[in-house]
Amino acid sequence: MTMLSRVANRIYWMARYLERAENTARLINVNTHLLLDLPKRVRLGWEPILDITSRRDYFYDLYEEADERSVIRFMVSDTRNPDSILSSLNLARENTRTIRDIIPREAWEQVNSLHLNTKSNARSVMTQRHRYDYLRSVILGVQTISGMLAGTMTHDEGYDFLRMGRNLERADMTTRIIDVRSASLLPDMPEDLTPFENLQWVSVLKSLTAYQMYRREMRQRIRRADVLKFLLQQENFPRSFYHALCQVDDCLNNLPRNEKVLQILTKLQKKLLQAKLQEFDQQKLHDFIDALQLGVIKINDSISKNYF
Amino acid sequence: MTIRWGSYKVKNLYDELLRASGRPRPAAQALCSYLRSLKDVEIEEYKVAAESAIHVMGITFTVYSEEEGSIDRVWPFDIIPRIIDKKEWLTVEAGLKQRVQALNLFIDDLYHEQRIVKDGIFPAELLEDSKNFRPECVGVNPPLGIWAHVCGSDLVRDKDGVFYVLEDNLRVPSGVSYMLENRQVMKRLFSEMFEQYAILPVDDYPSQLYDTLAALSPRQGDQPEIVVLTPGIYNSAYFEHAYLAQQMGAELVEGSDLIVDKNNIVYMRTIEGLTRVDVIYRRIDDLFLDPEVFNPESMLGVPGLMRAWKSGKVALANAPGAGVADDKVVYAFVPEIIKYYLDQDAILPNVPTYKCIDKQDRQYVVDHIHEMVVKPANESGGYGMLIGPQASKDEREKFVRLIRRDPRNYVAQPMLILSTAPTLIDNHVEPRHLDLRPFILSGEQTNVTTGGLTRVALRKGSTVVNSSQGGGSKDTWIVDMEAT
Repeated sequence: MTMLSRVANRIYWMARYLERAENTARLINVNTHLLLDLPKRVRLGWEPILDITSRRDYFYDLYEEADERSVIRFMVSDTRNPDSILSSLNLARENTRTIRDIIPREAWEQVNSLHLNTKSNARSVMTQRHRYDYLRSVILGVQTISGMLAGTMTHDEGYDFLRMGRNLERADMTTRIIDVRSASLLPDMPEDLTPFENLQWVSVLKSLTAYQMYRREMRQRIRRADVLKFLLQQENFPRSFYHALCQVDDCLNNLPRNEKVLQILTKLQKKLLQAKLQEFDQQKLHDFIDALQLGVIKINDSISKNYF
Repeated sequence: MTIRWGSYKVKNLYDELLRASGRPRPAAQALCSYLRSLKDVEIEEYKVAAESAIHVMGITFTVYSEEEGSIDRVWPFDIIPRIIDKKEWLTVEAGLKQRVQALNLFIDDLYHEQRIVKDGIFPAELLEDSKNFRPECVGVNPPLGIWAHVCGSDLVRDKDGVFYVLEDNLRVPSGVSYMLENRQVMKRLFSEMFEQYAILPVDDYPSQLYDTLAALSPRQGDQPEIVVLTPGIYNSAYFEHAYLAQQMGAELVEGSDLIVDKNNIVYMRTIEGLTRVDVIYRRIDDLFLDPEVFNPESMLGVPGLMRAWKSGKVALANAPGAGVADDKVVYAFVPEIIKYYLDQDAILPNVPTYKCIDKQDRQYVVDHIHEMVVKPANESGGYGMLIGPQASKDEREKFVRLIRRDPRNYVAQPMLILSTAPTLIDNHVEPRHLDLRPFILSGEQTNVTTGGLTRVALRKGSTVVNSSQGGGSKDTWIVDMEAT
């Protein structure tokens, strides 16, 4: 059966918004923990979170100060912020609602109840004691939906659009986390890390649940170049940028009329793999990451133009 | 408490299952004794099972509220079925076929020579101010000459036990999905009864609908591309649109999924590019269909759809303009319409209807307003009506003024006493009023659903059966007593 462009579009965005909610929850969780570990004088506070999501200006339109309470409210429950967890889940729900006849019923119910629970428990995220559980329930909720879809939805074109949405969102968030975390480190000391900078790289890995996998894979202490290589160029780690691109590549190969999108994708893959990350200083890394993000946007636009 | 029929009173009206003596009608005997044999707990179990089945199957209708956005409500369902003997039903079925056949001839005539007007049977002035007559449709020849492919006619029984036609819905009648789903629920719950009775099946509706639509395809010979056009998730009947699309294996589309090119071909946008569409089962009202021709503000429709339809490149069901015959003033003329086109007497009677445009009738209505039901010609869903016996003096006077100001827009009928059927209300069985909406498909053949959707007014004494206003539904069993 043919797939309507509108339906493909909504599946794609459903997946993107779900992934965005999960990533935001991860980000806040890790920042909370990082702040507890750093001594007061080097604390970076909550502003980097705003930079990661490119919402700094918008935040200051609504709030006076980037203190913990305000940033967390802004990122979790403030529906004026289109990227907040609640906004993302709401949009995920609205997209899912319109394709209820395509998505397995249990998955729709799970999306619906995740949105409801996240909304009604939103206050508990404001206290540190309950925050972890709250954010964890968001992460688990999204993972449950992914699992249900993997296990119950026909792996047809619709499922390819779902995977593409998820992976592009993931790729985008991975670059954002790297960009902001690395930019806030002391510049030009790539080989001589202070213990605190070390902690920051650990936090980068942890935001992406990559710490344990990094250790297994790289078998060495945390080093900037290796972390970058792992998170950007590793093929098997599911949250690495390259892995996400390969997933999209795989999906595109199942779809009709894929030539143009594939061209753009292949170009980006090449650029990524050829980069000598260990030689990049802070500025160069930042520029490179900018280029990767632009690449993701180009792929997104090309998918939209081609299929929706 | 178990069900005790002794406390169930049938007085001055017709009950679907019980006679005035309190004894079951022949076709209901087995059901009534089965229900009597059930213990409290069992009835409760049935109720819970029915509710959970409905929940799991996702049988819902949509209500829009400012606060929560749009919400899906579960459609209230009563587990006690309504039973009609097949012998009686065959007459009703013949009557419906006759009626819809005549209405289709009437519509086709109105958009061509208008013989019925020239012959003085149907007043020209009624046609002139008809809200649902579409000048844009004049001279169009839809395939097979049929305009109303799907009709839902509402039947009620008065206290004499006779079925009357209350109205015909020729635009986008809904409810058939609930009829189909109710049967699924009942089969799960009352499988024993299905063994005891010869209950005629209802499930061939989706394939009949498919065949009806496929026969309209402009590209005969090829596998036609059929789509269901919905206004979207906020429409109260969205569940049904999705359901029918799924059951027919057709694509469920919104207006923005379709485009019409300059050669008047309709396409849908798919991930493979544009795919040609042959038949559109549209569930959008005429005036929203095509912003090029009708409401230019419409976001629901498809620009160019009317020219595609007129040039025969795509089929629309129901055809635009079909609604001209479901206006309540036209209704009053249906017996004459049947006589005129088919030279037959109507098998199914109309409810006696006073046409306020007629001077004598109008006077009668004004004099007897306290015992009349007054209906505006073009509203549906029970809105804008006056129920004389229940209305206040002010409301009655307001309607007298409305009638005098715009007599063409009103008809009136004597208040009927709708039949009742036993309905489970908080573990008691109480009589509740109901109606019946069968669906008639017209194409190369005419098919009538076996029974139809029985709607129940769940509020005590109420006769409003609409789902948006406290109505529920029951399964309708047409039973072949000669086969049991």
